[in-house]
Amino acid sequence: MDQVKLIIDNKEVAVPNGTTILKAAQQMGINIPTLCHFELKGMGVHNKPGGCRICVVEVEGRRNLAPACVTEVTEGMVVRTNSIRAINARRTVLELLLSDHPADCLKCSKSGNCELQNLAIRFGIREIPFEGEQSTYQLEVSPSIIRDMNKCIMCRRCETICNDFQTVGALSAIERGFPAVVSTAFNQTLAQSPCTFCGQCVAVCPVGALTEVDHTAKVIRSIADEKKTVVVQVAPAVRVALGEEFGMTPGSIVTGQLTAALKALGFDYVFDTDWSADLTIMEEGTELLGRLTKYLNGDKDVKLPILTSCCPAWVNFFEYQFPALKDIPSTAKSPQQMFGAIAKTYFADKIGVKREDMIVVSVMPCLAKKYECGRDEFAVNGNPDVDYSITTRELAHLIKQANIDFASLEEASFDSPLGESTGAGVIFGTTGGVIEAACRTAYEVFTGKTLDKVDFEELRGLEGIRAATIDMNGTKINIGIAHGLSNARKLLEQVERGESQFHAIEVMACPGGCIDGGGQPLHHGNSDIIKARWEAIYKTDRSMPIRKSHENPSIQTLYKEFLGNPCGHKSHELLHTHYFDKKPVIEIDLDKK
Amino acid sequence: MPVRIKIRQENREKIEAICRSFNNNPGELINVLHQTQNFLGYLPAEAQEVIAQNLHIPTAKVYGVVSFYSFFSMIPKGKYPVSVCMGTACYVRGAEKVLDEFKTQLGIGVGETGPDGEFSLASLRCVGACGLAPVALIGEKVHGRLAADDVKVIIEETRKLG
Ligand code: SF4
Ligand code: SF4
Ligand code: SF4
Ligand code: FES
Repeated sequence: MDQVKLIIDNKEVAVPNGTTILKAAQQMGINIPTLCHFELKGMGVHNKPGGCRICVVEVEGRRNLAPACVTEVTEGMVVRTNSIRAINARRTVLELLLSDHPADCLKCSKSGNCELQNLAIRFGIREIPFEGEQSTYQLEVSPSIIRDMNKCIMCRRCETICNDFQTVGALSAIERGFPAVVSTAFNQTLAQSPCTFCGQCVAVCPVGALTEVDHTAKVIRSIADEKKTVVVQVAPAVRVALGEEFGMTPGSIVTGQLTAALKALGFDYVFDTDWSADLTIMEEGTELLGRLTKYLNGDKDVKLPILTSCCPAWVNFFEYQFPALKDIPSTAKSPQQMFGAIAKTYFADKIGVKREDMIVVSVMPCLAKKYECGRDEFAVNGNPDVDYSITTRELAHLIKQANIDFASLEEASFDSPLGESTGAGVIFGTTGGVIEAACRTAYEVFTGKTLDKVDFEELRGLEGIRAATIDMNGTKINIGIAHGLSNARKLLEQVERGESQFHAIEVMACPGGCIDGGGQPLHHGNSDIIKARWEAIYKTDRSMPIRKSHENPSIQTLYKEFLGNPCGHKSHELLHTHYFDKKPVIEIDLDKK
Repeated sequence: MPVRIKIRQENREKIEAICRSFNNNPGELINVLHQTQNFLGYLPAEAQEVIAQNLHIPTAKVYGVVSFYSFFSMIPKGKYPVSVCMGTACYVRGAEKVLDEFKTQLGIGVGETGPDGEFSLASLRCVGACGLAPVALIGEKVHGRLAADDVKVIIEETRKLG
């Protein structure tokens, strides 16, 4: 690649042709402010509308200031990032944005984590000289996400991630000029739109325009209610990210402090979603082997590839976009819902608590789980299997409010029996993990042999689409993996055309899987943080004494005491579900004149 | 559960034919919208939904384009569309007062249609009848040298046409 030499702030630098001024400056340690620009390196997420102009710099010989995030360097270019003119222009941009921004930082849920607020601090804004007209959009509260468009600065990051990375297309810029905003079609609610509730728009929104629905108050009230037994489950990806909220380095594994904090908060039982991930493998793995055996015996009608079903955003996606394929995903519920279903039956009976007196809380990296636990089919007579789902961020708030010094907590462990888990359960937290866990069990059940090496390195990685073939004693199983719904769409289109070579496909909606779910600590575009969490997941797996789901003793007991066989009658009743066609129906109107 | 959209059979077929005539190419969205609006007179949500499904693009994107351009409308025009000229000549001779009077008398804003579907209201750039300023068009008929006081009368006269 050709190198280009240029001068930035009086220093010479050489960068590859095609580099933007922004990146060239970053390499030299010059941090030009940005707002609309957003990139998740290596994940295929890039928003570069060049619209906000907070990043303008002076380029010698040009009359106008140039936006650094979209202007490529040229040979001999002389750039000033901190001239009076550039600084004043940026300040004006910022002041104009602030003039149409409700200044209610004190009670904004993004406060302390807001990129606009950070810029106001960085620029030492003390007054806003412009009297702007204030936008007045209706606040929308969906099952997972709150949209407060009065705070929107039209960076369009959400639109980019929803359309390009997820190919969901729930959001689009609408109108022009002052009323311009990002919205759904006809301003319908997110629930009416194709939105999957993946929460990635929330994860990238620089301000408080898109935030999660907060259930912390309900959780505190439940704990305080003496009549209630409150059970909490924690998803795998939470333990490798929560530490960031307390200033720890990304990738810190805080399982011990996490369980201690939950006990200090007053939960009656602290359990692990890794446990129900193991249970998921028993059910989903059995389903996979069942379909595969039929197929190998020459049954042509069997539905293959089987698709994983533990990501509720992914479930929403195929229900809306590919309803014709709704019979091919596994019918196994997600680990969150399996946990709820068992907690409120088996476990409630064990401790002699009535269903109505038990509250199940889940701590998730995910916003789709908030929506999922409210789905009608996951309730018994209106009583949901999982009552409240809170995010990693919400848990951090709970811990801070309760005066718990997280870092210095003495490590505790999960309670028994729904807290015993394996390495297979924890890798559910990242892309490729669910299918690897399934392979560990399927291999041993199918071949009757013990795996020499439980690590299926060929299934790991952060590329958007991956493929591998697993040799099960001569029978070759082709596995496809996608994260990001745009990648899932590609694999689904192959299935639709009958061209798919895969026997099983794993899909997770978020970049890297749940480790970068919409409820995780915000990374502000730093993909190294995601990488660190990813490594921490596999490190946790390696540290576990048991690493295969079917060897989890408390899962074995559950089948013996309660469920019978995997995919048996009781399992079907409690652990499996069905899917709906959600594509808008165009009906012929006979009366309308 | 799924959103249900109703549309008349012939409208659906016509819109699908328009999409087909552009090879269902998403790049032709604006042309598809133009032709659909020419046919229906406006672009109701159900028409946009049909277009989105046929061009394989998100409905939000179609709506984004419809709401961006002022020449697209989601509201059917009234039986008598009223357009008040806001060109310079009309403006300096009091077109704004005339427009305001139309708003008051009809009880609707610019870009809206009354609940009985009789009248809709729009403002126009110069219609080239500056000698008659201020001017309003009701349907095809030109009303010139208007004052706010005349508005009530001409609305009533138009209504009588049935
Ligand atoms: S939650 Fe996901 S699908 Fe829904 S609007 Fe946001 S990015 Fe799009
Ligand atoms: S909602 Fe947030 S991410 Fe979307 S355009 Fe507005 S400020 Fe940007
Ligand atoms: S990938 Fe994980 S965090 Fe993201 S929507 Fe799916 S389940 Fe939730
Ligand atoms: S960050 Fe460069 S234009 Fe917005």
